[in-house]
Amino acid sequence: MWNNIYNWLDERVGFNDLYANLLDRPEPKTSWWNTLGSASMFLFVLQGLTGIFLTVYYTPSPDHAYDSVQYIMEGVAFGWLIRGIHHWGATLMVLVVFIHMLRVFFTASFKYPRELTWLIGIGLLLTTLGMGFTGYLLPWNQKAFWATTVGTQIAGTVPFIGEFTLKALRGGPDLSALTLQRFFSAHIWMIPGILAALIGVHLFLIMKHGESHWPKKDD
Amino acid sequence: MSGSHELSRRDFIKVTTGIIGGLIGAVVGLPAVYYLIDPALQAGGKEAWIPIGKFEDMQLDKPYSFSFTRVQVNGWERTASSFGGYAVRKSDKPEELLILNSRCTHLACTVNWNEAANGYLCPCHDAKFSKEGEVLDGPPPRPLDVYDEHRITEDGIIEIFFKEG
Repeated sequence: MWNNIYNWLDERVGFNDLYANLLDRPEPKTSWWNTLGSASMFLFVLQGLTGIFLTVYYTPSPDHAYDSVQYIMEGVAFGWLIRGIHHWGATLMVLVVFIHMLRVFFTASFKYPRELTWLIGIGLLLTTLGMGFTGYLLPWNQKAFWATTVGTQIAGTVPFIGEFTLKALRGGPDLSALTLQRFFSAHIWMIPGILAALIGVHLFLIMKHGESHWPKKDD
Repeated sequence: MSGSHELSRRDFIKVTTGIIGGLIGAVVGLPAVYYLIDPALQAGGKEAWIPIGKFEDMQLDKPYSFSFTRVQVNGWERTASSFGGYAVRKSDKPEELLILNSRCTHLACTVNWNEAANGYLCPCHDAKFSKEGEVLDGPPPRPLDVYDEHRITEDGIIEIFFKEG
């Protein structure tokens, strides 16, 4: 019976084709270094899930942000685990994405026909850093507050558009409730949305071109 | 794919991936469920004797309104909840006081004594209760709840026994 259900669905959805194209593609002989892209995506999904769970208790307001994070850490069952994974996963994700970029660079995988994949990868690195920058403020503790003060102040040193950029980032001249709220919004909606879309294109291009083979001596 | 007892390399990878993936999923997933439902598992039920008024101020057969607030810590915040009711005096004996909870038994809105209607009216779904709390009209499934334990202090103050839900 399961076979019948599966066949009925497969005729309409095409599981077998999907499987062949997504997971059973022919690959050149590669190494563990080629798994860093998948590792990055796994971390992205993990950060997404733990992040969704954190929003159940986290409150992005100067009055409540710090207390709600303390509550997650000490009051809720396994809150320390969920936040711990999100906290360390963030650091790990930046690291893995960066090493992934180095691998692509050293194996020259960014060359024709994969230049677009590389450029989108740059976008993925920048949005990942953006996630780190916006997420850092959310606990609303001393370190978060001053790191964001410094970070936005650096953006303010850009010639001509610096002052505008600083105010746009902070939602005004100072760090305030507006800053916290817009960093939260950017952290959970805008940047992840861009990130997910870029991952989609990145994956599509990888499937289209396949993986590059490991360079040989005469390459 | 391959023979019955020899596991092929591919199948080994598939099985291993499945097992490790399942383990990771369980290690993160089960605590995550607990994390979500945790507030529902917190024990409440603090008990206290609450003064509601002087016995001598309660007039015969005229509902005496009282209210009080209880502060509870929900999450990281202290939340004040209001409670109230009516004490109906039937005689000179304090133990014969009928003390009603003004929380409607339908869907928990607060009922108010209405002299003209000679009953407690609920603003939400037009419920009506008699002076003694019997259902006269509307959707409530049972009479108003009663604070069934009360005592009188040496100063003549009525106190009710209150247990948080």
